[in-house]
Amino acid sequence: MPDVSTAVKGDLKLQNISKSYGDFKAVDDLSLVIPEGSFFALLGPSGCGKTTTLRMIAGLEEPTTGSISIGSLDITDTKPYQRPVNTVFQNYALFPHLTIFENIAFGLRRRGIKDVTEAVNKVLALVELPHLAQRKPTQLSGGQQQRIALARAIVNRPALLLLDEPLGALDLKLRRQMQIELKWIQKEVGLTFVHVTHDQEEAMTMADTIAVMNEGQIEQMGSPADLYDNPKTAFVANFLGQSNLIKGTISGNDGDSHVVDLFGQKISLPKNRSHAVDSSILAGIRPEKFRISRLGTATSGNILTGGHIEDVSYIGVSTQYQVEMPWGQELMVFEQNDDGVAPFSKGEDVNISWEPTFTFALRGDEDASAGSEVNPDEEE
Amino acid sequence: MAAVAKRVGLSNPLDSLKQKVAMPYLLLLPGMLWLVIFFLSPILTLVSTSTKEPGLGIGEYVQTYRWANYLDALTAMHTQFIRSFVFATLATLIALAIAYPLAYAIAFKSGKWQNVLLVLVVAPFFCSFILRTIAWRQILAQDGIVFKILLFFHIVTPNTQLTSSAFAVVAGLAYNFLPFMTLPLYASLERIDPRTLEASGDLYANGFTTFRKVTVPLSMPGVVAGTLLTFIPAAGDFVNAQILGNPGTTMIGNVINAQYLQTTNYPLAATLSFLLMLAILAIVMVYIRKSGTEELV
Repeated sequence: MPDVSTAVKGDLKLQNISKSYGDFKAVDDLSLVIPEGSFFALLGPSGCGKTTTLRMIAGLEEPTTGSISIGSLDITDTKPYQRPVNTVFQNYALFPHLTIFENIAFGLRRRGIKDVTEAVNKVLALVELPHLAQRKPTQLSGGQQQRIALARAIVNRPALLLLDEPLGALDLKLRRQMQIELKWIQKEVGLTFVHVTHDQEEAMTMADTIAVMNEGQIEQMGSPADLYDNPKTAFVANFLGQSNLIKGTISGNDGDSHVVDLFGQKISLPKNRSHAVDSSILAGIRPEKFRISRLGTATSGNILTGGHIEDVSYIGVSTQYQVEMPWGQELMVFEQNDDGVAPFSKGEDVNISWEPTFTFALRGDEDASAGSEVNPDEEE
Repeated sequence: MAAVAKRVGLSNPLDSLKQKVAMPYLLLLPGMLWLVIFFLSPILTLVSTSTKEPGLGIGEYVQTYRWANYLDALTAMHTQFIRSFVFATLATLIALAIAYPLAYAIAFKSGKWQNVLLVLVVAPFFCSFILRTIAWRQILAQDGIVFKILLFFHIVTPNTQLTSSAFAVVAGLAYNFLPFMTLPLYASLERIDPRTLEASGDLYANGFTTFRKVTVPLSMPGVVAGTLLTFIPAAGDFVNAQILGNPGTTMIGNVINAQYLQTTNYPLAATLSFLLMLAILAIVMVYIRKSGTEELV
């Protein structure tokens, strides 16, 4: 067999990919370019089609329509073993009958490389587990198996490395540590990583670019900061962090800003942060962008008055408030505990304010709760 | 522990300690009793019978601790011993060749038919062992379909006798113990994580290489269990040789059967039984060591 893995280089291109199972469309006309050398994350709740997309790139599923190519090479109709792509499987899928050394050497040997010792030892050193070479997978901890699964894939230096929820089975502390390590390894080896996860924090920690997927389609794609600060849909606003979305109407113009009417109170919204199609909008503000102040205290920026504190949770670095507004909606406010002022207490009447530039706007006909009922930490 | 001691009325701490030591043995007692009654005592009876010599009356034997009985038995019956192991080995290999593809298909390719196929594998057990063996005489008879097909391809001549032959005995053995081969194979194939097969494909192994390098090694526990479950009863079997064989295909089971029931030479029957047991034990131990599947089982 020709050596497939080093010959091919270039961007991964998915063109109008669809995958149907009977009536169910798992992936729906998805197009995507992943630049060579980037750390790319496909983020979404379970059932959004992200794993199906990954499996189609790996060749483990056949797309119903569309094409997949790396650089100028079309790989749509090739078998998994013919693709310069390696996968780190969700439960690692190490070969239980082989030693760690032979597990890592598996891909090299299949490609007819005789002298594998140096390459295997090098990659074992990279994942810092050279002393485990002669063990069997069952003798390793979850975190160690995870690293071996990664080593087994990157030793082949594929054009593309796919990671399917690779940290899902690890406990929280180890997961955080592995996130940093994965990022470092990606920089070190310079391969393109495509990472599938439902954990928004994991995606934001590691990826250069995130594509948020929902119901088989990409909702929005961009850098973590982009997606967080300027979400285009309610789904992205709620799935990536938390958002306060308030119904309103655009009622006027003020240079680069719209004047927005939120239940009778006027605020300002930068025009370039509005994704609305008409005057009906959902105004969005992240909870940590709010400032909270006693009635009658002078504040600047956008101000909403008539708040009533319904609930207070003190969680160390910050205090989280539920503030009920005159129109009945409860807004979330996160205040840093960095000013030495005692937190407000339940029942107090307050104003909330924020810098106008932090406001974003979504289409007014969107479901304000889309994406928020999915708690990413609960479904594993 | 204190609560237990109080409940059973023990006040002396030493008594309580004694009970603590005795408890595991007490729990082992039922199992040990079972082994003594159903395993150890029959074996001792067998060994003690094997060293007896004929007494004055017919069918009467006295204990003389004549260990030379073993040498005599081997000298007289080594042909049947060897034949038994050759037949059993052949039957095991044939059963493996048939059962592996069958178990593979049931485990990976049968979809919703999986349970139906598994029932079909054990379905022969609903019919008597003897009856099924006798049926093979019909299957291999000269007016049967098998003979006619073989005749058509000139594999046999019209004068060939398929029944009452070594071929028929081995075929009968392979057929009768096939479920014992298929079920453990199925169990170990079915337990293979399909993601390891995907991982193999992902790591540049094509379908055949994946089968050779991943599927087969991971199914070794089933191969070992299946071959043992086929080989052991096949080596001691006498029904197939009796019904499907001729005087030249006598297996050690037939000899033991005849010595015990017809000649009533109990010491020889016991000697041969014990030798058969030792031989099988030795073969099995070497086999398991060699196959090195301890950690996968």
